[in-house]
This record gives sequence, structure tokens and C-alpha cells, in this order.
Amino acid sequence: MANAHSANLTEHVGHHDHAHDHDEHEESFVSKYIFSMDHKMISRQFLITAIIMAVVAMTMSIIFRMQLAWPGEKFAFINAMLGDKWGKDGVLDPNMYLALVTIHGTIMVFFVLTGGLSGTFANLLIPYQVGARDMASGFLNMLSYWFFFLSSVIMLGSLFIEDGPASGGWTIYPPLSALPEAMPGSKLGMTLWLISMTLFVVSSLLGGINYIVTIINLRTKGMKMTRMPLTMWAMLITAILGVLSFPVLVSCVVLLICDRSLGTSFYLSDIYIGGRPLDNVGGSPVLFEHLFWFLGHPEVYIVLLPALGITSEIISTNSRKPIFGYRAMIGSMLAIGFLSFIVWGHHMFLTGMNPFLGSVFVFTTLLIAIPSAVKAFNYITTLWKGNIQYTPAMLFSIGLVSSFVTGGVTGIILADSTLDINVHDTYFVVAHFHIVMGLSAIFGMFAGVYHWFPKMFLRMMNKKLGYLHFWVTFVSAYGVFFPMHFLGLAGVPRRYYTNSAFPMFDNLVDINEIVTVFAIIAALAQFIFIFNFFYSMFRGEKSPQNPWNSNTLEWTTPMANIHGNWPGALPVVHRWAYDYSKPGAENDFIPQTVPLAEGEHDGGGH
Amino acid sequence: MKLLILIGLVLLIIAAHQLMRVVELSRQFKKGHEWSVSDTDNSFNGKAMLLFGFLFIGFFFWQVNRWSDNSLPGAASEHGLKVDALWDYNMYLISFVFVITNAFLFYFSYKYAGKKGVKATFFAHDNRLEMLWTIVPAVTLAFIIIFGLKYWNDITERSESPNKVTVELYAKQFDWTARYAGKDKVLGSTDYRQIDGGNDVGLDTLDATGYDDIIVKNEFHIPVGKEIEFKMRSRDVIHSAYMPHFRAQMNCVPGMVTEFKFTPNKTTAEMRKDPYVIQLMAGINEARAKKGEEPVEFDYILLCNKICGASHYNMQMTIVVESEKDYNDWLAKQKAVRTIAAK
Ligand code: HEM
Ligand SMILES: [Cu+2]
Ligand SMILES: [Cu+2]
Repeated sequence: MANAHSANLTEHVGHHDHAHDHDEHEESFVSKYIFSMDHKMISRQFLITAIIMAVVAMTMSIIFRMQLAWPGEKFAFINAMLGDKWGKDGVLDPNMYLALVTIHGTIMVFFVLTGGLSGTFANLLIPYQVGARDMASGFLNMLSYWFFFLSSVIMLGSLFIEDGPASGGWTIYPPLSALPEAMPGSKLGMTLWLISMTLFVVSSLLGGINYIVTIINLRTKGMKMTRMPLTMWAMLITAILGVLSFPVLVSCVVLLICDRSLGTSFYLSDIYIGGRPLDNVGGSPVLFEHLFWFLGHPEVYIVLLPALGITSEIISTNSRKPIFGYRAMIGSMLAIGFLSFIVWGHHMFLTGMNPFLGSVFVFTTLLIAIPSAVKAFNYITTLWKGNIQYTPAMLFSIGLVSSFVTGGVTGIILADSTLDINVHDTYFVVAHFHIVMGLSAIFGMFAGVYHWFPKMFLRMMNKKLGYLHFWVTFVSAYGVFFPMHFLGLAGVPRRYYTNSAFPMFDNLVDINEIVTVFAIIAALAQFIFIFNFFYSMFRGEKSPQNPWNSNTLEWTTPMANIHGNWPGALPVVHRWAYDYSKPGAENDFIPQTVPLAEGEHDGGGH
Repeated sequence: MKLLILIGLVLLIIAAHQLMRVVELSRQFKKGHEWSVSDTDNSFNGKAMLLFGFLFIGFFFWQVNRWSDNSLPGAASEHGLKVDALWDYNMYLISFVFVITNAFLFYFSYKYAGKKGVKATFFAHDNRLEMLWTIVPAVTLAFIIIFGLKYWNDITERSESPNKVTVELYAKQFDWTARYAGKDKVLGSTDYRQIDGGNDVGLDTLDATGYDDIIVKNEFHIPVGKEIEFKMRSRDVIHSAYMPHFRAQMNCVPGMVTEFKFTPNKTTAEMRKDPYVIQLMAGINEARAKKGEEPVEFDYILLCNKICGASHYNMQMTIVVESEKDYNDWLAKQKAVRTIAAK
């Protein structure tokens, strides 16, 4: 399917870049596969690390879901996974329950959906889609991966220590997380969590700065900001959010480390624990919550925006239509990005924070619903009168639109402090954030993998297995998380080891069982993906140059992983990325490298 | 056993390998590519989307129908009635948006499933449409914000009622203690350094106003129809006092005193006669019978709703709401601190 326009590319072959061709031959195994500075290799490293982390986090969720559906029952599986110490006779230990929930949340949010999602797709797509030879700094980029790797190893390592890993929830509120007397997970496990997360932030900053610089400075000729694919806008805004908010997490963590090890009292005051009063006075746990959520809320958009960018691209390509409202999409991402910094207090309505301050956060939070609604409606309008090509990537993208809406609407309830009083910290919240953030971002990530697999591994994934994977995952994902709303309406708090300790929740057994059964099916379905992924990596069909008939620049590079991406000169961009089914054009797609015809308007005008 | 599993696994891998070979071989004979999307694929997935849309929205109503009976009973406090009303309005609104938006999404996914030879409509933007779906949500949200904040202000206003009852809820790993002011209507001051076996909540022994305070565990009582002002404290880590039946929740933070107030409007006895509560308890007792456990009666409950350690899941206390007279009788029977401290 060589496209008719590739001639454009080769017209500058004269300026062949020899330096790049040259390293190709001298590369050793180590510099090619391990300490690689090539954005494509780094992207694959991030992806595979994230897949491993995701399997760990998913297995944890199955273990604690089994405990919630069948509390106290003995499972050989649990004993096999956790050993006699934490899974004696196959029954999950309550401290380990909290540890699993904590590490599950931490891995999913940070390692899979921040490191994994941004790390994979920002690295893969930024140089390709803006038309650059590589990231601005290949070296920092390599460091970014290795910090990520180190922090993953430490996080996983913390699972194997004597007292167990951190277990105060992924939000690690002190004093619980600060005092080793409070729970076993607040001993060495917490220290390792803090070290791991600090390294993670380093990785994320090195990556983020690189992404920003590359997008701002290394765009090829003709790639105006307003011609960039929405993936690039999403990655840019995400990186800016990360660079501005992650350092605050570090300060937050450093103060916690001081409280834990140096006897300071930033977060501690008037505490009696372990049979004695502590000397700390004057600190405030609420300070921690402010610092944590100043990162924590932007973080959910750091997770979500790349997924939205990816699906914008995929939905447009596979509807064979321009994305509807390109500028509105950029505008709403900017608005979401900006607002995400002034809404953190919606996690703190009931912490003893001044209620007036709460009112302000209600206002700012509900404002975010407007750009979010615009995005959802624009996606749906993009499908309208399209000619939808159901690649597995497209299925997952539609799945994302559905989960973004379904999980988004309950956000309106939670943002309303009056209504939050009764569902705060219940399963209603667990349902909300899993659907809007967990499912959406995971679906976006799957969509991205199916769509760009040919660019990563030069081969195609199996379509039929992709369909099977999607449908089982989509059905069971809602089967897991939709019923959780009703647990919340019955008042079930989150982070409860069992709902059977007192009679109030005895009538919810059937809901708990349904959720767990769907969770197990969903988990098994992921093995279809994993098989498809690794199998296709080695044995899949060879990919043609532009399998999805897409407009963006990455499909103008040859199907080979070469340094510098384009063998000849860099491509020149003449139009936006969304000329699909343009009236008067011969094909239903016009790559960005094709010059505008006489009298043709760029950017959606006819 | 282990050996069997191992053999099973090996066989499985061999079978899978053979299957793959067959598939790979057959690939060579097919025209076209496995991965390229045909009209059949599009039509199949388009229909599946439509079907899913129906099932999904059906599943939603099925759940509402089947599980709404498990939800908390209507609020048992005055402000809670307003919260419930606001909740219902918002819930109807978002359910409507949820159903409509998903319906459009899945319908379009079906309707516009790709066919060879069809060309999509080039439709890049439309200012009127985009204004429409900016302004409609904005206006709707304005209402949501206005009502939400109005109620929030009422609920969080400091208690001014002259004959309010003040109750302190004191949290520690892993139980609750309630403290009443006693005859002088003043809660004695506290000092966490004085906590010890006989002084569980850390009363300041030099402050005489604390001597008549009343301290109870496991169960605490409050009078119906009077404003109850709660003051929350914690000894060790953050806990959260969650009283779901009253639509009340506030964190208990070490080093701080947090507050929440409400006026209960139904006694425990009245709740037990409420038809909704009767069917709710019937469901609970049915499930208990299956497990071979004793039936129980309805009780209000105080739960911990902030992760606080291993027994977080079982940190609770029963609340009894009763007439003012019964409440006074109950209070009179409780021992004041002085008698505890004196020994
Ligand atoms: C296999 C699919 C998944 C299942 C069955 C699952 C299940 C759960 C459940 C039941 C909880 C609450 C446990 C409790 O409160 O006691 C939980 C917590 C959490 N999950 Fe998931 N989850 C899944 C996937 C995800 C994904 C994709 C994300 C990414 C955002 C995620 C992020 C979290 C977070 C942040 C928490 C909170 C942890 C905490 O309370 O500290 N989960 N998960
Ligand atoms: Cu937030
Ligand atoms: Cu607690």
C-alpha cells in the first residue's frame, strides 16, 4: 500500500544524513537494546516494563477481589501467590489486603498509566509526528527510562520484605504512613515506596522536559503548532502538567521523609501511639493532603490526556473524517490542563478544611465539566456520517468515549460538596475513578498499542484476537465497575478488608460476587492480548508502510527502525493532519506532506 | 498434583503451538491480509456496538431496579432530606445524559460502520453546534453549582442553636469513644500527654470542667429533633466519622478538632417500623440465614471511613436515636468521669 505521495519525501534525498546511517552498523547489543538513546527503543522499553507492572497490579486486584467476594474462604491460589505468611491456609491477611490495594493503585496510576502510557507514546510519537530525528536529548531520555526501571524494581522489591510493602493507600496520608507503629507497612515498605516514587518523579521530569523541548523546538518545516496532530497537543499539555506538578510531590515526600527519619513535625501533632505520646507538635496532616493533591489531581489528567490524544487520532483516521472541532479540542485540553491545577481541594471537602474554601473548589471543579463535555460531543460528532473502519484500535477508542462519559457524569456528583458528604471514600468513588480514569486510560493505551504496533515492531497484530480481546474486556470492565456504584449507594466504605464484619452489608454479597467474577474474566482476557502482543512481535505479518491510510508523518518513514527516522531529509509539512475524505481529493486521505492544491484551504476549510 | 498441572501445561503449549502452525500455514493461501478490515468485520462490529449499547443501557436499568433496594434508607436527619432531594435531581440529570450520550455513541457506531465505496462526509467544524454544547452544559452546571453551594453553606454553618447537644467523637485504632459534656454543659479540655490506661481520651486532669463529662463506648445515644453538634478528635492517625444514615461525614485528624452538626428526625424505633427499612432488613436477614447467622434488627451506625490500619474495616459504633426523655434517662445512668478518675 505504498502511497502515491511518498515521492515528496525522496525529493530531498540529496541531503543524505550520513552520521545517522553510520551508527547503525557499529551498534553493540548493549547500546541498541539496553542503554539505547533511540526514542523508538526507549518507547518499547517503557511499554514492556509497563505491561509487566500491569500484570502484577492486575493479579493483586484479583486476589483482593476474591477476598471481598468470598471473605474468609480458603483459596490455594492466594496461598500460592502470597505464601504462608500473608496467605495462611489461603486466606488473605488484613494487613496484606491493604498492602495489595495500595500497591495496586500505585502501580496502575503511576507505573502503568503515567510512566507506561506517556513513556511509550510520547517517546514513540513525538519525534515521528513533529518530524524530528529523535528527542531533543537522547541521553536524558535514556536516563528517564532507567530511572523508571529502577523505581519499578524498588516498588516490586518492596513486595518481598519482612513487614510487607507500603499499605496506607496510594495517597499515603500521614500520620498513618509516617509512623512505623501505626501499621507494618509503614516501616521499611513505606521507605521503599518513598524512594521509588522519588526516582519515578526524576524519570518523569527528565522525560517531560524532553517532550516539551522537542515539541516546541524540533518541529519540521511547515509543522505549525496549529497543524500538529492532537496527540502532540495532548503530549505537550501532559508534559507541562507533569513538570509543574510532580516537583510538588517531591516536596511533599521529602517532608514526609523528614518526619519519618529526622524527627521533624511537618505533618504530625498531638499523637499518642504505641503506648506513648510523641513529642511532635504543630504539624498538620491537612498540609500533606494539600501538597499531595496539588499533584494528585493534575495527575489524573496526566493519565487521561495522552489517552484522549491517542483516541482523537485513531477515531479521526478510522472514521475517515476530520476530527470534529480541532481547535475546540485543543482549547478544551488547554482549559482542562489549566483548571486541573485549581481543583485539588475537591478531594478534601471533609478533611476539616474551611468549608468556604470547599465552595471555591466546587466551583472550579464543576467548570471542568464544560471542556470535558465539549470533547465527548466532538468525538461523537466525528463518528457521525463517517465510514468507520473497525480496527481493534478503533474499538478501544469508542470504548474510551463511552467510559469517559459514563465515569465523567458521576464526577458531577462527587464535585458537589453537599453530595460528596455521603459518598466520599465509598465504593461510589471507586466506581467513578476506575471508569473515568482507569478504563478510559487503559482503553486509550490498548488503542495506541494496536494502532502503532506496526511502527514499533514492524509487524501487524492479529485482528481477530484483537476483536476478542476488546469485546471480552469491554463487557467485563463495565461488569466490574458499574455495580460498584450500588455498593457505594449502600454506604460501603472503600479499603475495607471485608464487608461481613458486621451485618449492615450482608445483603450485598451478590453484588460483590458479580464484580469479582467479571474481574476474573477481564483478567483472563488480558492473556489474549499478551499472547497476541508477543506472538505478533516475532511472527506477525509484516506491516506495509501505511496500514491504516493515515495522514500523520510517522507513516511516511520506512518500515525499518533506523536512526534518524527518515533516511533522507526531514519531511516538509503542508497541511493539518485531518484531511480525510476531503471533497475533490482522489484518495480518502491526504498525508501532511502533500502540498496544498491551488485554492485549497488548510485546516478543515474546503 | 503439581506434576499433573505441569504435564497439562506442557500439553497446552504443544497444542497451541500446533494450532499456530496451522493458522500460519493457512495464511499463505488467503488473499489479502489477516489484519485488514473487511466490510464483514465492519458490519459485525457495528452490529455488536448496537447490541452492546442496548445491553449496556438495559444492564443499567436492571441494576437500578434490582439493587436500589439495597441502598441506604432515606435520610434520618433534617439536612439529609435536602441532600437526598438534591441527590435525586442530580442523579436524574446525569442518568439522562449518560443514557442519551451512550445511545448516540453506539447508534452512530452501528449506523456509520464502514462499507467499501462509501465516502465519509467532510465535516470539520460547526460553530453553532460547538456553542450549543458549550452553553447548555454551562447553564446546567450553573444551577448545579448554585443549589449545591446553598445547601453546603447551610450544612457547614457553625451551630448557633442554644439547646444543642454536643458530643465528642474520639477515634483511635480501632474503636470509637463518645463524650458528653455533663451537667455543666462544657467539655473538659484535653491533653494528649495525659493519656493512659485510666484516661483513655486524654482529659486534662487539672481542668475541673471535665470531671462531670460522660464517656461511653460501643454505643451512644442522641435525642431526636435536637441539633447535635459533633466535635471530632483522633488519637493516632486520620480516621473519618461516617454516619451514612444521617448523610454525615467528617475526618478526625490528630492535632485538630473538626466539627459536623445535624438534627436527627427519626428514632431508631421509628426506623425499624419504616416499610423501606423492613424490606432492607429482610434482605439482610435472608442473606444471614444462608450463612447460618442470627437475624438482626436495624441500627444506626458510625463507621470509620478513612484507611487507618489493619482493623479499619471493623471500626464501628452503634448509634441510638430516641426521644429526649429516653435520652435523658439513659444519660443519667452513665457514670461521670470523676467517679472513674477518683478510683
Ligand atoms: C483488573 C481490573 C481492576 C480491578 C478488578 C480493580 C479493583 C479495585 C478495587 C476493588 C479497588 C478498591 C479496593 C478497596 O478500596 O478496598 C481498587 C483500588 C484502586 N484501583 Fe483498581 N482495579 C482494576 C484496575 C485498575 C486500573 C486500570 C487503575 C488505574 C487507574 C486502578 C487504580 C486503582 C486505584 C488508584 C485504587 C485506589 C487504591 C487505594 O485505595 O489506595 N485500578 N481497584
Ligand atoms: Cu481531583
Ligand atoms: Cu479508623
